[in-house]
Amino acid sequence: MVIGFRKGSMPMMNEPCFIKNAEDAAQLVWDSNCGINLANYLANRKEKIGIIAKGCDSRNIVTHIIENKIGREQLVIIGVPCQGMIDKYKINAMFDGEIQDVAENDGKITVTVNDKKNELDKADVLQKNCAVCAHRNPVIFDEMVADPIEEQKGVDRYEDVREIEAMSSEEKWNYFEELLSPCIRCYACRNACPLCYCPTCFVDEAKPQWVGKGQDPSDVRTFHFLRAFHCGGRCTDCGACERACPVGINMRVFTKKLEKDSFEQFGWEAGLTLDERPPLDTYRPDDPDDFIR
Amino acid sequence: MTLVKIDKKQWAKGLETLQKAYRLFGPSKEKDYFSFKTLEAGEQPELGFSNSRLSPKALLFPQSEAIIEYSLDENAADHHIMKPVEKDSSPRVVLGIRPCDAKAVNLVNMNFDTPEYQDPYWVEALAATTFVGLACDEPRSTCFCTSTGCGPYNEEGLDLLLIDADDNYLAKVLTDKGQALVEAAGWNTPAGKAAEIEARKAAAEAKITTTVAMDNLKNQDLMELHGASFWEDIAFACVNCGTCTFTCPTCWCFDLQDEVHGKAGKRMKNWDSCMFPLFTQHTTGHNPRGTKTQRLRQRFMHKLKYFVDKYDKGIMCVGCGRCVSQCPVNIDIRKVCDLMNSYKAAETACAVQE
Repeated sequence: MVIGFRKGSMPMMNEPCFIKNAEDAAQLVWDSNCGINLANYLANRKEKIGIIAKGCDSRNIVTHIIENKIGREQLVIIGVPCQGMIDKYKINAMFDGEIQDVAENDGKITVTVNDKKNELDKADVLQKNCAVCAHRNPVIFDEMVADPIEEQKGVDRYEDVREIEAMSSEEKWNYFEELLSPCIRCYACRNACPLCYCPTCFVDEAKPQWVGKGQDPSDVRTFHFLRAFHCGGRCTDCGACERACPVGINMRVFTKKLEKDSFEQFGWEAGLTLDERPPLDTYRPDDPDDFIR
Repeated sequence: MTLVKIDKKQWAKGLETLQKAYRLFGPSKEKDYFSFKTLEAGEQPELGFSNSRLSPKALLFPQSEAIIEYSLDENAADHHIMKPVEKDSSPRVVLGIRPCDAKAVNLVNMNFDTPEYQDPYWVEALAATTFVGLACDEPRSTCFCTSTGCGPYNEEGLDLLLIDADDNYLAKVLTDKGQALVEAAGWNTPAGKAAEIEARKAAAEAKITTTVAMDNLKNQDLMELHGASFWEDIAFACVNCGTCTFTCPTCWCFDLQDEVHGKAGKRMKNWDSCMFPLFTQHTTGHNPRGTKTQRLRQRFMHKLKYFVDKYDKGIMCVGCGRCVSQCPVNIDIRKVCDLMNSYKAAETACAVQE
């Protein structure tokens, strides 16, 4: 089967799907609404699979292979150079009425609201993670559907993380408290994440139970903080978590901090190569250790 | 039925008067979406909204509610005695609830208030509440309430229905609670004919362009639907998050959990979701709904088949469209309902069942 996207029933939404017959292949679509990370659909599958992969999907496929969630020989990776996904929350928030249609052409996005067409530059409405993406081309593939595109140069990937790092402890506390206050614990962030394939997540442990199930802020925070740490050195900043959240929480600030630390301390970007173990599952004598005091 | 006219200039004053007799709740915008919140003195409900991101069911059925408390301190005279948590059951008003969400309250009530069993927390909260509905003149493309036996001017579950008529609200008094409320607010200007309402209602209904067929669900064979071939295709994209169930106004499942901090304990009633593996996990470790396809099928079969068969009151869905617009992977209940309604079992499948 081939895993890809088919056109969704609403503007700015496509649906991940599988195709098993050649005559159904015409259902497959590719546009700026394919933000879900398809690597999420690979873990523990046994069959031969063709998968459409943009840059971040391909990096999560690499991570899956390294972590033995799928075999390289099982996969035919159909690479797609990615020009970024559009931010449906941002676009929705820009208009008063309901969005009737969103079309795209050559770097322009046309949004129809109240029967009126509004033209936007795609560059202005990219998902936040796509705007600072440095790996738009698939890093691993068997077929490429188009020529590679030029990678974005000179993007500042961690401006948002530095802003939080510069806060006082009290400011950080308040910032995170407000950030997480709308959380309804639907776990859409976790479940849309290709890294979150644990058979039983720590918040779902029942014998014994580790974390309260309700809306107590300490339990909500425990979930988000621990989940983020579990993604340390593995996250590709694909943005699936933030995109999936029904209440618009940018939980990427947690994983990005860990991504920044991985990069600064180990020179590591997740999912770029099959030939090197990730820093957190290997030991090197020269690993930085000045955080031990 | 009484119809009163409320000059919008008198609206705030009426609410101020109401606040002396009731606690007020209404839609309020935070960040880029609306939620139902307690309105403080002088605070107005923001009625220029389409609908709230989450359904207002949490007003009666909070996501996390302490229902019982106890002490484990053996020096305390009342240790190990379960005591009900004090609730504020004073009269309150929910302003601006949409007709779909009000009908949903009635559907959930069929589960929480039966001749045999009553959920006291739900029943008490409901008894204390007067629902002031706001007719829906700008339904969204994901709305399909006219297919579900509801509608943008539907009155079920409401005590008062407000209709936005330019400079005025027309208020249709539907129950004694509604009558008490208009009296308490001092809204006593009789309105003219109901004809104006009918025209507005027809205009609103005409804007709902999605129709979903559900006439055949009752006739479908339960086991054949259960074994239908389309579940795998629908479930593929599903990530098994709880967005659909938590935003749904009719999902009523909950879990009871004891939480102990030091020597103080409380029993919590927390929303649960049939999308979660733990929902059906047995203490043996066995899970009768161990795959995501089984869990997704459960959600749709419950809403669109088991409920239909058990109550004969239509489907367990009011067509608010929240799950459609908020599902991260675009699983669309309208499409699933059509598939279930029109499903024809292959002959081979019948042969296997025999």
